[in-house]
Amino acid sequence: MTLKADDVRSIAHLARLHIDDDSVDRYVDDLSSILTLVDQMNQIDSSGVKPLANPLDASQRLRADEVTEGDQREKFQAIAPDVADGLYRVPRVIE
Amino acid sequence: MPMTVTEIRQGLAAGEFSSSEITRDYLARIAQHNPTLNCFISVTEALALDQARQADARLAQGKAGLLTGVPIAHKDLFCTDGVRTSCGSRILDNFVAPYDATVVERFRQTGAVMLGKTNMDEFAMGSSNENSHYGNVANPWKTTHVPGGSSGGSAAAVAAGLAAAATGTDTGGSIRQPAALCGVTGIKPTYGRVSRYGMIAFGSSLDQGGPFARSAADCALLLQAMAGFDGRDSTSSETDVPDYSASLEQGVEGLRIGLPKEYFAEGLDSRLAGVIDTAIDELRKLGADISEISLPNTGLSIPTYYVIAMAEASSNLSRFDGVRFGHRCANPVDLEDLYKRSRGEGFGEEVKRRILIGTYALSAGYYDAYYLKAQQLRRMIKDDFQKAFDSVDLILGPTTPEVAFAIGAKTDDPVSMYLQDIYTISLNLAGLPGMSLPAGFVDGLPVGIQLIANYFDEARLLQTAHQYQQVSDWHLQTPEAFS
Repeated sequence: MTLKADDVRSIAHLARLHIDDDSVDRYVDDLSSILTLVDQMNQIDSSGVKPLANPLDASQRLRADEVTEGDQREKFQAIAPDVADGLYRVPRVIE
Repeated sequence: MPMTVTEIRQGLAAGEFSSSEITRDYLARIAQHNPTLNCFISVTEALALDQARQADARLAQGKAGLLTGVPIAHKDLFCTDGVRTSCGSRILDNFVAPYDATVVERFRQTGAVMLGKTNMDEFAMGSSNENSHYGNVANPWKTTHVPGGSSGGSAAAVAAGLAAAATGTDTGGSIRQPAALCGVTGIKPTYGRVSRYGMIAFGSSLDQGGPFARSAADCALLLQAMAGFDGRDSTSSETDVPDYSASLEQGVEGLRIGLPKEYFAEGLDSRLAGVIDTAIDELRKLGADISEISLPNTGLSIPTYYVIAMAEASSNLSRFDGVRFGHRCANPVDLEDLYKRSRGEGFGEEVKRRILIGTYALSAGYYDAYYLKAQQLRRMIKDDFQKAFDSVDLILGPTTPEVAFAIGAKTDDPVSMYLQDIYTISLNLAGLPGMSLPAGFVDGLPVGIQLIANYFDEARLLQTAHQYQQVSDWHLQTPEAFS
């Protein structure tokens, strides 16, 4: 499997990950060689095999829908990059 | 020679030394050797001395817990309330965790002393500890060589006697492989045995925490402290935790041990194979019943693992967005720019590669070909093990295909680095427990053997390793510069 520079750019956009223009070629090479490794999976016919998501075939345990967390807003906001009036600040989204 | 946890507990109980005394000794050793080894990202000296004082008071009152006063280190992936938790990444360089991981809380409650947080491959992605934002870690046996990864700092710290024991996490071999390369004992428990709460997620269906120590008996004590149900981890197991120390003295007479022929095939350094054969002979002399088995889909475990691990990583790491915590880029022009540049600046190369591959594998039109296919192969790999455990109690093989390699030797070729994990990753796919213990040396560098047990049979791993360690002394050896 070989990717092109445009593929890498569009994957990077999906991942919301900035990559420098001058490193795109290196990602093309690295990712293509990883995908070549991954393509070995196709040597095996797995049709009809039930996919395994949890290694113990367990499903998520549910709990009662009760509030168990206390308010720790100040503690959590103390480590945020930019807060004001108890809110997280980001650049304007709606004009 | 550095003490084992067992010796420290005895010494503390007998009043031969106090926790404060040995904690100061360890802090002094860290100050002396960390500039060479770089195994700690943060040293929590004041906290350690405070916890040691509390431990001494508890010991004096006769209220000691399992590990009261024992100085340990945590991989810098476990959240520690009030202490920087970097995960080896620039994106979390300023992240002071607002809560304790369950593992950290349990060690705290039992009275263990935290010396600091250990170096690691960024977000646990790597097999050499060269992917850390804080620089590579040196192998105490040969400082020009890697300690393995991703828990390289923890393994090196225990090997060099800078901590009596340490925690690690294992997503594809990140406890067992550095344990092998640094000549220490490490165990990856069954998926769900140790709580993942507060353990920064890499591959959520693969991640599992476990200990590094100088012996299997020490690992039994540490695992006892770590294991057990936790309601805050939705995949935590409710299976009862046995007394791991209680069964250590049981012999291995009649124990059926299988050797997977695929683990001894091409790719394994023949000198390592020789060391492992000698260990097998020792177990045979102890009465174990050794036979050959087959795990036919072993070769598929690497591609399968990397699809699943990268897909889960790309999803887990989407939380690092520069909004609520961690690194934020300067002067973002809009929200998309904030996300993209914060993440682009905050993540290192290997992490970016894995996020990109994972994003690709999960993207529209590719999901079935990659992620679903990998999940099908995952079941086939698990079924291989289940079939093998019909006829054997335990599986034994190498932990790694070669001994520690030189720093920089594999950094240009990510795929060659991934191949280091060939014997370890299939256990994570299957969710099985595994252990690495020292079995000898090649070129002055440690060789590990891996033991694999059926689900929740950690007691048998520890018991077998302990019995082997009664007739061998590889685990007690310490690199000369640190003895």
